Amino acid sequence: MAKKPKNKRRDFLQLSTVTLGAVGTAAFIWPFLKSMSPAEDTLAAGSTEVDISAIEEGQSITIKWRGKPVFIKKRTKDEIDAAKMVQASELRDPQDDADRVQKEEWLVLVGVCTHLGCVPLGQKVSDMKGEYDGWYCPCHGSHYDTSGRIRKGPAPKNLDVPPYTFLNDNTIKIG
Amino acid sequence: MDKNRKVHQFKNPVLNWIEFRLPIISYFKKEYGDYPMPKNCNYFWSFGALATITLVTMIVSGIFLAMNYTPHTDMAFDSVERIMRDVNYGWLMRYIHSNGAAFFFIIVYIHIVRAMYFGSYKYPRELNWILGVFIFLLMMATSFLGYTLPWGQMSYWGATVITNLFSAIPFIGEGLKTWLLGDYNVGNATLNRFFALHYVLPFVIFGVVGLHVAAVHVHGSNNPDGIDIKTNNDSVNFFPYMLIKDTVAMCAFGVAISAVIFFGPNLMAEVDNYIPADPLVTPAHIVPNWYLAPFYAILRAVPDKLGGVLLMFGAIVILFVLPWLDRSKVRSCNYRPIYKWFMMGFFVNFFALGYVGMLPAEGLYLLIARVGLLYYFGFFFIITPFVGWIEKPSKLPLSISDVYAKNIAPNIGGGEKGIPSPAMQKDTNL
Repeated sequence: MAKKPKNKRRDFLQLSTVTLGAVGTAAFIWPFLKSMSPAEDTLAAGSTEVDISAIEEGQSITIKWRGKPVFIKKRTKDEIDAAKMVQASELRDPQDDADRVQKEEWLVLVGVCTHLGCVPLGQKVSDMKGEYDGWYCPCHGSHYDTSGRIRKGPAPKNLDVPPYTFLNDNTIKIG
Repeated sequence: MDKNRKVHQFKNPVLNWIEFRLPIISYFKKEYGDYPMPKNCNYFWSFGALATITLVTMIVSGIFLAMNYTPHTDMAFDSVERIMRDVNYGWLMRYIHSNGAAFFFIIVYIHIVRAMYFGSYKYPRELNWILGVFIFLLMMATSFLGYTLPWGQMSYWGATVITNLFSAIPFIGEGLKTWLLGDYNVGNATLNRFFALHYVLPFVIFGVVGLHVAAVHVHGSNNPDGIDIKTNNDSVNFFPYMLIKDTVAMCAFGVAISAVIFFGPNLMAEVDNYIPADPLVTPAHIVPNWYLAPFYAILRAVPDKLGGVLLMFGAIVILFVLPWLDRSKVRSCNYRPIYKWFMMGFFVNFFALGYVGMLPAEGLYLLIARVGLLYYFGFFFIITPFVGWIEKPSKLPLSISDVYAKNIAPNIGGGEKGIPSPAMQKDTNL
C-alpha cells in the first residue's frame, strides 16, 4: 500500500509526457498539412471583366475565370419562359430561376458539372443540349435546363452561379 | 550480445566475416535457397516473382524518365514529347514505363485470381492477403498519379473526375478536394504534388512487398491442392527448382511485353492523351485506364453521386475481409464443386465490368454494369458465406506427394517414399 502514491506520481508524469508529446507532434504536422492548401497567390487570382455587347440573343460565350470555364448566355424569350415555368419544388436542387439571375436575359454560370467536374456541352449551336435544352454533360449524362439547373442524371446540384456585377449595360465583372 | 550465438560457417572466409557481423548470408540461404516450395506448384505461382521484377523495372525506367520530365503545366506535355523525340532511347524508357504499368496490372490480377481460386487468402495467410490488397490499392493510386503527369486531355480530365470523387463526401468533401488539389481545380500545384507522390509511392510499395514476401515465407506457399506440406517429400528447394521455373516464366513474359513495346506501344493508350490538356474542353468520352475500368463501371452504374463513390471504394475494401467471409476450411476450388463455378463467374463478371467501364454508360452497357455490380457484391456477401455452409467438398488428397505421384508424374513413383504415416495424415488445419 505504501507504494501507491509513488505509482500515482509516476503515472501522472508518464501521462503528461505522452500528452505533451502528442500535442507537440500535432503542432509539428500542422504546417505540413496546411502547406498543401491553396497558396496565397492562388487565392488572390482576382476578378475578370467581360465585354458582353457583342453577344446576340440565344448566343453563349465561354470565358476563363480562376482556371474554370464560365458560361455567359443571353437567353431568348422562349428559354426564359421555359426556365420560369418550372415549379422549384419539383427539382432535385430546388431554386427559382429568379434566384439565379440578376437580369433575366443574362445567365452566368460556372461551366463545371457538379457531378465529377467535366465541362457540359451546349455552348456551341452544334452541341448536344440535353433533354431540357440547356446543357448536357457527356461524361456521365447529366441534363441541365435553360437556367442551368440539374434535371436528370447523376449530378446532385445545379450549375454554380459565380459572384458577378454589371458594371454597365455592356460589361460584367466576374469575381 | 549473446556469446553463444551459433554462427553459420561457409567455405568462403569473406562470407564468414560478413555473416559474423550481419547474418544476412544465412538469411538469404534460408529464404531464397533452402526455402521449401510445394512441388505441385504450377506456373500460376510464378506471378509473384514476375510482379517483383516488373516493380523493379517500373522504378528503374521511372527514375530515368524523371531525369527528363518537367512537372509544370506549361512544360509537362512538351517535356514528354521531347523524351519521345529527342532524348536518346527516351521513347524506349517511356514505352517500357507506360506498357509496364499495364503489364504490372495484368500480372497482379492473375496473381489475385490465383490467390482467390486456390484459397491462398485463408488461414494462416490472412495477413498476407491483407498486405496484398494494400499493395493493390497503392498500385492503383500510383498509376492514377502517373497517368496525370503527361498532361494530355485524358490526364487532365481523369484527374478532375477522380479528385471530384472526394467532393461527394458530405460536409468536408469540397474542402478536402481543394486541399488535395492545392487549388480550386486541377492546376500546377496539383501536377507538382502528383509528381512528388508518384515518385515516392513505388518505394512504399517496395517496402510493403518486402512484408508480403516475408509473411508468405513464415507458413510457406500455398499450392493447387491447398493442402499443407507434411514431409520433405512434398517440397522442393526454391533454389534451383523454383528459381529456374520462375526464370522460364520471366522469359515468356519478356517476349510478351517486348512484342507490345516494340510492335504496338500505343495499343493500350488513349488517343486523346496526345492532345495537350485543355481546362475548357472535356473529351466526349473520358475513359480510365483499362485496368481500373471495372471499378469505374461500378461508379457509373449508380445514379447517385455519393452512392456511386461509396460502392466503388467499397468494391476494393470488401477484398480486405474476404478471409472472414469465406467459412469453408477447404482452400482449393479444385475440391469445391459448387463454389468453383461461382468463382469462375466472378472472374468473368469482373472482366465484363471492365469491358463496359470503357464504353459509354447508356442502354445495354449500363444494364450490364448494374447486373455486374449486383453479382460483384452478391458474390462476397451472399454466395461466399452460404456456399461454404451448404457445399460438400470433394475428398482431399492425403499429401502433396500423393497427388504428385498419381497425377503429375505417375512414372517417377515419387509417392512411395512420400506416403505419410497415419498419424500425419490428419491435416490439423482441416
